[in-house]
Amino acid sequence: MRSFAGLLNRGKRSAETAKERLRLVLIHDRSTLPPGAMETLRDELIEVISRHVEVDRSAVRLEITQDGRSQRLLADIPLKHVNHRLPDL
Amino acid sequence: MVDWREKLKTDMSKVITVTSGKGGVGKTTATANIGAALAKLGHKVVCMDADIGLRNLDVVLGLENRIVYDLVDVVEGRCKLRQALIRDKRLEELYLIPAAQTRDKSAVSPKDMIRICDELRKDFDYVLIDSPAGIERGFKNAIAPADEIIIVTNPEVSAVRDADRIIGIVEAEQKGPAKLVINRINMDMVERGDMLAVADVLELLAVDLIGIVPDDQAVLVSTNRGAPIALEVKSKTGQAFRDIAKRLAGQEVAFTSSNGAGGLFGRLSKMIRVGNKNA
Repeated sequence: MRSFAGLLNRGKRSAETAKERLRLVLIHDRSTLPPGAMETLRDELIEVISRHVEVDRSAVRLEITQDGRSQRLLADIPLKHVNHRLPDL
Repeated sequence: MVDWREKLKTDMSKVITVTSGKGGVGKTTATANIGAALAKLGHKVVCMDADIGLRNLDVVLGLENRIVYDLVDVVEGRCKLRQALIRDKRLEELYLIPAAQTRDKSAVSPKDMIRICDELRKDFDYVLIDSPAGIERGFKNAIAPADEIIIVTNPEVSAVRDADRIIGIVEAEQKGPAKLVINRINMDMVERGDMLAVADVLELLAVDLIGIVPDDQAVLVSTNRGAPIALEVKSKTGQAFRDIAKRLAGQEVAFTSSNGAGGLFGRLSKMIRVGNKNA
């Protein structure tokens, strides 16, 4: 029986599959972060930033992107909506 | 007193190491052919086999019957450097220093390689070093004296992955930017969508290109005879190696459809410009 991945790849040229697989494997190979480090980094970043401003914890995204041969760590940290109420008079 | 002529010659000469990470991608064939092509251009060239224990540059160049001394004999002082130099049968300006066959990599150190290459710089325009596969001692020996590094790869997942690893190491060792040779490309397969195209490999590796060599059965035939295909005037594959030699010597040679870039020329030349900007 054809696997789910096999179904997805049907009709796709093998060179295209090779390129996509290589792209992912190279990101992993080039990464200097040990496994699990991204999760730790994410938690610690949230902790530090939360001291100053309220963060929407569930929506925080952390990823490594490629820029030529160099890598970039991108963090997208949405802040919680704060109501600017008028102070009590 | 410094002999300025000798000093100038030493400064102008280049040590270029050919490596790949993965074995069997065509390092030795590339070294022999680029060496022969550079010598054909009139440069004085020595090809050095750094694959101690698994030497092959001698048979690819057809010089295996002339070996008396080897690299380890030089390192251990059993002979003078010039006694280990074997002159090519066809080209006056081409020489070989063979590796030892009965020893292992630990017989030579990176320092030995730097010392020997500094000696060779006085007499040669180009020292081409054929690196062993892998990233161990033999590879470290091979890149230690290098001014430039050529990485040979094939348009195939494991070869590209290993090339990426080597490019990273070369950069970390401050020997970069490495230059890429894509060897054994089959344009029919690329056009069918069943082989990575030159542009794909360049996009993945983000490195400068110096040559595209077609997949050609004639290479095996020339290796059977011990005669580099770069010396076959009519061969397109030979032309691909001659183009690499010209680019190394500083000439601008376009990647056109006639030298292996195929219908991808437009996309490819764009990639190359991007690559050069980063260099």
